[in-house]
Parts: sequence; structure tokens; C-alpha cells
Amino acid sequence: MSRLTDGIALDTKEMRAAYCEALIREARNNGRIIVVDADVSHSVGTEPFYKEFPGRSINCGIMEAHAVGMSAGMSETGLIPFFHAFGVFATRRAFDQIFLSCAYQKLNVKIVGADPGVTAATNGGTHMPFEDIGLMRLIPNSVIIEPADAAMYGAAVSYMVNNYGVHYLRTSRRKTMRIYPDGAEFVIGKANKLADGGDVCIIASGIMVYEALKAADMLADKGIYARVLDMHTIKPLDTAAVEAAARECGAIVTAENHNVTGGLGAAVCEALAETLPVPVERVGVKESFGEVGGQDYLQKRFGLTAEEIVKAAEKCISRKKIQESKK
Amino acid sequence: MDRKTTMKAAAEIRKLCIEELAAAGYGHIGGSMSICDILAVLYTDILDTDPKDPRRPDRDYLILSKGHCGPALYATLAYKGYFDVEELKTLNRGGTSLPSHCDRLKTPGIDLSTGSLGQGLSLGVGVAMGKKIQGVGGRVFVIVGDGELQEGQNWEAVQFIAHNSISNLVIIVDNNKRQLDGYTKDICRTFDYKAKFESFGIHAFEANGHDVCDIYDKLTAAAGTCPAAVIMNTEKGHGCSFSEIPGFNHYMVISREMADQAIAEVDRRLEASL
Ligand SMILES: Cc1ncc(C[n+]2csc(CCOP(=O)(O)OP(=O)(O)O)c2C)c(N)n1
Ligand SMILES: [Mg+2]
Repeated sequence: MSRLTDGIALDTKEMRAAYCEALIREARNNGRIIVVDADVSHSVGTEPFYKEFPGRSINCGIMEAHAVGMSAGMSETGLIPFFHAFGVFATRRAFDQIFLSCAYQKLNVKIVGADPGVTAATNGGTHMPFEDIGLMRLIPNSVIIEPADAAMYGAAVSYMVNNYGVHYLRTSRRKTMRIYPDGAEFVIGKANKLADGGDVCIIASGIMVYEALKAADMLADKGIYARVLDMHTIKPLDTAAVEAAARECGAIVTAENHNVTGGLGAAVCEALAETLPVPVERVGVKESFGEVGGQDYLQKRFGLTAEEIVKAAEKCISRKKIQESKK
Repeated sequence: MDRKTTMKAAAEIRKLCIEELAAAGYGHIGGSMSICDILAVLYTDILDTDPKDPRRPDRDYLILSKGHCGPALYATLAYKGYFDVEELKTLNRGGTSLPSHCDRLKTPGIDLSTGSLGQGLSLGVGVAMGKKIQGVGGRVFVIVGDGELQEGQNWEAVQFIAHNSISNLVIIVDNNKRQLDGYTKDICRTFDYKAKFESFGIHAFEANGHDVCDIYDKLTAAAGTCPAAVIMNTEKGHGCSFSEIPGFNHYMVISREMADQAIAEVDRRLEASL
């Protein structure tokens, strides 16, 4: 039997390298793109941009609030600044600056937050963003993108360059499981359907897309067929795909490397509550701060695994059956 | 510059601002009055701006980081013809183009939105950098409050300005020695601002912020030696009889009578000093 995870292996390229290559490609054709850093360009991987475009690269030093405000001011003059920091500092530390200096006055600033959730790993709890998506979702008209692998950066960065507004790219710097072939197509705001079952739909983003595929394989072994959606754009959410999943599968599991409060799970529940409410189980971080450890350890620690998704799917399907029997 | 012309402009701006706040019935009078002379000099003698083309890319920018004093800037912009002076009466009303705090999307002539203290200087740095990177002319002037300087982001920005020798931006400190809850020296001592800026690597000047000639001289000198700051020694509430008080004057309820008296006093003082 063929498996959804067949052929999926750890990428040979780091996510940060793929990101920077995509940004450089755009910058060769667009003189308005500026890189702004706050002393983590080495970690975030923007160094090659400095080499090619020294006049368009600004490392402010450790001053995230200023860096965001300055980016806002630059965008007022027509530039397109991409500000980089670890996810916690890119969003939480500079939130009022993103909110008022950028979004409130309708400026055009791109926020790139590295090390989503447990991928912060040995940097530990102080560096582990479980709330960045929630914060960014609260900003009117924001766009939030979390690529599952390196194949998506071309589409994500191109969208960010060519569409005006405050956008948040939640990006891992490490090598990650390569889900998509080179040249795969992505449309920002449209979920990618990676498997098409009818018993339950797993809606995942980032590193949880691979876990979702593994879970779908495990469920298939039990005769349960899952649809898998890569919800790479968390805002604006592809509500049509969510509603179709509710109609056609009747049970939904969300899977995110983030707090279920405010994140993908919350976004899906909000969309369903207003369209077609069906049983939902949310796999993700619940009322916890981050911790130090290897990524594998942390995924188990916070329940961000295929096994948890399988359990959630079974629970969700049983809830669906109870609901159906009441009808 | 012509001293008398600019002093007359300052008096007009003060009167319009008092009228404006009186129409709303209350407002941030203290910090608005302390910058009227500075705004008069900027808009009469310093800034290259055009009320007919307020978004011209190579204009000089003015960012009022202490955005709660928008009413003084609105009075200045109305005086300069950016919009009708009658609009000043709509301050803070629902649907107005003149909100309590500066909003670039609502008011012609407002370059950037402010209101969360501590953010304007970074915005100004961004504009200055944007001009430099794109080879666009024009300078940037940012007005910050003395209380506002307690916000750490200002000092992030100052470090950036010094390190990068930002040569098209002037920091203007409205050192009116008071903030919301009282005297700045009682809440968080400022020490010597001039020495403070200099120790960060910024040229610093001091001026009497109510003497239009001194304001002009120091702003001109600062613009010629960027990165630079001008510490304007001012009085919170200055030039408006009812707000020149030692007690609370950050915002005040303003009656028609108070406004009429204060406006007559502005005229009297102008005549006496010309
Ligand atoms: C970040 C932030 N904190 C608090 C306030 C509320 N606030 C408005 S004005 C003010 C005092 C400002 O003092 P100063 O900068 O000296 O201005 P001025 O004396 O000219 O009014 C405060 C605390 C605010 N607008 N922004
Ligand atoms: Mg003050």
C-alpha cells in the first residue's frame, strides 16, 4: 500500500537558506526591498543578502522596537522593509510598534519571525513562540503565512513583496521534512489538499503538516480515511476549504506548533462556528510556556505528534457519530 | 527670518489652538501651548513643505511624536492653509479629520501617526533612511516630549542615529519640565539632556523655546550639524493665561470665557513685545 509519507525525507537545504534565496531573487528585480535585522542575521540567515545588497541591508543591533518603527518610516517613503528576529521578539516584544507604527497607519512592513514553537528547541522557553500567530491575528488586515517546507518561500516572499500591508512570515531556520517537490504551486490564502479522505479532516500548518500526513497513514491502517489540508496561510483563512471539510468529512482535527488559543485551531473553530459547526479537536500547545530540549522531546512533551493527531481524530469521529445518532 | 512675522504666526497659532480646544470643551492644553512658538518657526522659516501638495516626496517631514499635542499642530496646519480653520472646531467629534492624536490617514499635512509615546523618533529615522537610500531630498524633524524621553525606544533610536550618522534628521525636545502626573524631576530625573545626548554621540543645542529667534538659530545650526538634537526650554501651558499655572495643566476643561480671556491676553502680549 502506498503511504502519504513515502518519499518524504529531511531536506538537504536549510529553511533559512531557501528564504534568503527567495528574497534575493525578488530583490534583484525590485530595488525597494530592504532587509532589517536586530543582531540575529546570522541565525535568521539573511547574511547573503548583505553581501549582494550592502546598501539595502540594515542591522540595527538589539533594538526590535526601533527596528520595527524605523521599518514603518521607511515604508512611508515607498520602501518594502523585511524585518527579521526570533519569533518571540519579532512579534511580542515589538507588538505595539507593529500595531501602531505599522498597521494602524496602513504602512507596508513585513515581519519575519524565526524559530516557530518547539523548533526554538535548545534556546528554550524564553525563545519559544507559542503566541506569535495569536498576536498577529489580532491586527486588522494582517496576513500570516507559515510554510511547511522550503518549497513555499518563493510564493510566500513574492506575495509579501507584491501585496501591500503588514504580513507575518513564521519561518523555521532549520532543515525540515520536505513535503513538496521543487516548483510546487502555492496560492496564498488557499489551503493545499495533500490527502483526500472523507472520515475526518486534519488541518495543519508548519511542522505539523508532516505529522498530519503520518497520522493519516496510521489512520488508514485502521480503515479511517483522512483528508489533510496544509493551511499555510493562517490569515486570511481559507474558509471555503474549512467549510467544505466540515460538510464532506463532518469532523475536523487541527494541528499546530502554537498555543491552541489564538492560533490555527482557534481560527478554524471561529470559521466553523459561523458556518457549519462540526466536532473539532485541537492538537497544539495548551496553557503552557515553552521549555528547553531537543525538538523531538518537545514535540512529545507538548503533544505535537502524529500519535496525538490519531487520538484526536478517533475522538472527533466518535463525537461525530454520537451527533449523527441523535439526529 | 523676520522676528515680527514669526511672532505673529505664533500668536495666531496659539489663538487658533485655544479656540479649537475650547470648541471641544477640553484637551491637552499644556503640551500644546509649549510647542506653539517652535511650530511657528518650523512652518514659517524652516520646513520646505507645500500645503497644496502635502505628500510631495522630497518635502521636509515633521513628526510630532508627542501625538497628544496634535491640536497645536492642527492649528498650525490650518493657519498655513492645509485645511479650513473652521475644521478646527470639529476636534475629537465623531467622524472628524482632527482626532485627539495625530493620524496621517485623516489629516492633510500630518506625516505620520503618533500617540503611543516613544515611537515617533524611530518613524523619523525610517523616513530619513528611506530618503537617503532612494536619493530623495528633504529633512526630518521630530518633536519629542521630556516625559516621553523616558521611553526606552527613544534611546534605541538615538544610538542608531549616532552610529549611522543620520545626517538629515533633527531631534527637537520640548523640555517643558512636566509630564502627565507632575514635574518630570519628581517622577524620573532627566539630569542634563545636553550632556546626555552628547554622550550618545549626538550634537546637542539648547534654546529658549519661546524665543522665535533663538529657536530659529539653534534649529538652523542643528540642521547643519546632524545628527543633532535641540533641547527647547519651554514652559508647559506657556502663553495661555489660564494654563500658566503651577498645578495640573496637562489637560484642562476650557470654558468659552476662559478662552476669550486667554485669546485677548495673547493679543495684548504680542503687541507689547513687537
Ligand atoms: C506609551 C504611552 N504611555 C502613556 C501615555 C499617556 N500619556 C499621554 S501624554 C503623557 C505625558 C507626556 O509627557 P511629555 O512627553 O512631557 O509631554 P507634554 O509635557 O508635552 O505633554 C502620558 C503619560 C501615552 N500616550 N503613551
Ligand atoms: Mg513634558
